[in-house]
Amino acid sequence: MKEKTTVEGFADNLAARNRRGMVWQALIQASTVVGIIALIALMLNIINGAYGYVAYEAKVDPDTLAVNGVALQDQSQEQLVTLLQSTLSSGAFKKLENEKPFASRSLEDVYQLVVDRIVRPQVVGVWSLWLSLTQADEIRATVAQENPDAELDFVSWLNPGFITRPQTSEPFTAGVRTAIFGSLWTILFTILVAFPIGVGAAIYLEEYASDTWLNRIIQTNINNLAGVPSIIYGILGLAIFVRTLEPLTSGEVFGLVDPTTANGRTVLSAGLTLGLLVLPIIIINAQEAIRAVPRSLRNASFGVGATKWQTVWSHVLPNALPGILTGTILAISRAIGETAPLVVVGASTAISFDPNSPFSKFTTLPIQIYQWTSRPQDEFRSLAAASILVLLVLLLSLNASAVLLRNRFSRRF
Amino acid sequence: MATNNNSNHKYVIETRDLDIFYGSFKAVTGVNMKVERHKITAIIGPSGCGKSTLLRAFNRMNELYAGTSIQGQVMFDGEDIYASQVDPVEVRYRIGMVFQKPNPFPKSIYENIAWTARIHGYRGDMNELVENSLRQAALWDEVKDKLHQSGLSLSGGQQQRLCIARAISIKPEVILMDEPASALDPIATLKIEELMQELKKNYTINIVTHNMQQAARASDYTAMMMLSQEGERSGTVIEFDETNRIFTNPKDKRTEDYVTGRFG
Repeated sequence: MKEKTTVEGFADNLAARNRRGMVWQALIQASTVVGIIALIALMLNIINGAYGYVAYEAKVDPDTLAVNGVALQDQSQEQLVTLLQSTLSSGAFKKLENEKPFASRSLEDVYQLVVDRIVRPQVVGVWSLWLSLTQADEIRATVAQENPDAELDFVSWLNPGFITRPQTSEPFTAGVRTAIFGSLWTILFTILVAFPIGVGAAIYLEEYASDTWLNRIIQTNINNLAGVPSIIYGILGLAIFVRTLEPLTSGEVFGLVDPTTANGRTVLSAGLTLGLLVLPIIIINAQEAIRAVPRSLRNASFGVGATKWQTVWSHVLPNALPGILTGTILAISRAIGETAPLVVVGASTAISFDPNSPFSKFTTLPIQIYQWTSRPQDEFRSLAAASILVLLVLLLSLNASAVLLRNRFSRRF
Repeated sequence: MATNNNSNHKYVIETRDLDIFYGSFKAVTGVNMKVERHKITAIIGPSGCGKSTLLRAFNRMNELYAGTSIQGQVMFDGEDIYASQVDPVEVRYRIGMVFQKPNPFPKSIYENIAWTARIHGYRGDMNELVENSLRQAALWDEVKDKLHQSGLSLSGGQQQRLCIARAISIKPEVILMDEPASALDPIATLKIEELMQELKKNYTINIVTHNMQQAARASDYTAMMMLSQEGERSGTVIEFDETNRIFTNPKDKRTEDYVTGRFG
């Protein structure tokens, strides 16, 4: 192209403008790269902890527990219960019985208890994946020298057993099944509470509320509530759901009498508390989505004599739904990772049975992770790393289903 | 509001000293005009003089914009549509509207009409109603094989005719058209104009247009709107007459300047 003749008053600055654009582009690309590096570092760190060599020795050799030549793993439930009763202190035995009667426990469950409480494999050394890969020989030499009786295994802390076993206090037999169910139950109630209320409030605020000072105050407060620290919601949940509404959240008014239920510290209380926590997020996102429905569509509907509700229900909501679901996905992600409010509301730190109703005691994955990371022993940190992987997978699959749902709705024309 | 469709009033819509406000700003002042049954009445004038605002006041669509209010009266078959006992939903049911930008529902062509009929409790043969409405809007032959495709998959002109089909499916008494052809090419525009001639046998049409040829070609009566020059700049109808008189022998100098293209 021939060079443009310079017009007086206009600078010949095209090259400079392009340069400036490239600098900005490089900067924003760099920020993406920083984010990705941070994510990769996080994943590597978790994986580094979740796999590696473990050295362990059993406190009691299982062979010595054989009765009349029947090996421990082949014994009947009765035999195992008797063994537990004779070996454990009466207090510890009663505590287990209280948690869940032995009669209603499965054989597998009881066997697990025997391994936990009597055989007691003791971890004497844990190595990270990186060390296990790069210094395997040194690790072997160290173990052979310091703990000649110990066995050294390469262990994936994240294994099928880890996911299907309930929580115990022994690292080798500990699992996260209880916590997974606890998280799922809690999230279920969170969604059941927060989604309808949040969307309802958003519809009211966007479509019906007039622009008065009261409504403006409400709107401002909702925006502020989204930024309130989650522990404060925990305190609120403790005061309202656990204490004040205890008859309701413990299931008492529904005729449920369960000595193992810890007052109002139930799945229901946790779900309601997290529901309150994510409510502002859902409301704000739903409002954005409703506001984004074009005026022309509302005009079309009103123009053919539709009522306000017909317009909202048939046109505004279906068209806002993908956006509303996006907000809900964000809210679920937030809720499933919350720890602090659940600590306050009273998530159990050690329970070995699954929640099976809204009125069950519960623990959740983040609580479990928090518990394990705060222990001094290395092996629990490896367990925490494995649970983090489980939590991430759970989060991804919940989000994936929400995204699928959203795409289904947004494909309707 | 009386549901008598065969009222004896010659004028379907009649405004009396109508002022329209946006908040405290008076956008339209002192309009007195009469819309005759089964005729096409055009409202013309420069941009921003309140044509669309005036049209929207005829079926209370203006109430959907925050802060609007009116003074004066808008009579529909001799009854004030702004009276306190009148439900604006019924007003919009009986006085339909077609908008500047084609706005079919993001549903199928069939469902665009079926939904509209259904919300008004239509119990008859839906297929027949859809076909009749599309035929009246001169769209049937083009879409009869793809009734279940999205209304948004049509071309702009077809979308606008779908909107007209949707509007007439519920048998309104008046159809308000707010620059229905301004987003369309000349061929699609011509189709809409032919359609209007067809529709006026059964309906009363009130159209806002930028296009003076369109007003001259298609309408029976024309209202000329203009911003007042002194004081608060508020739109008003400066001349209202039969269309051929407005275009050939206007009484007002400003109308003459505008229709002959000598205006500013």
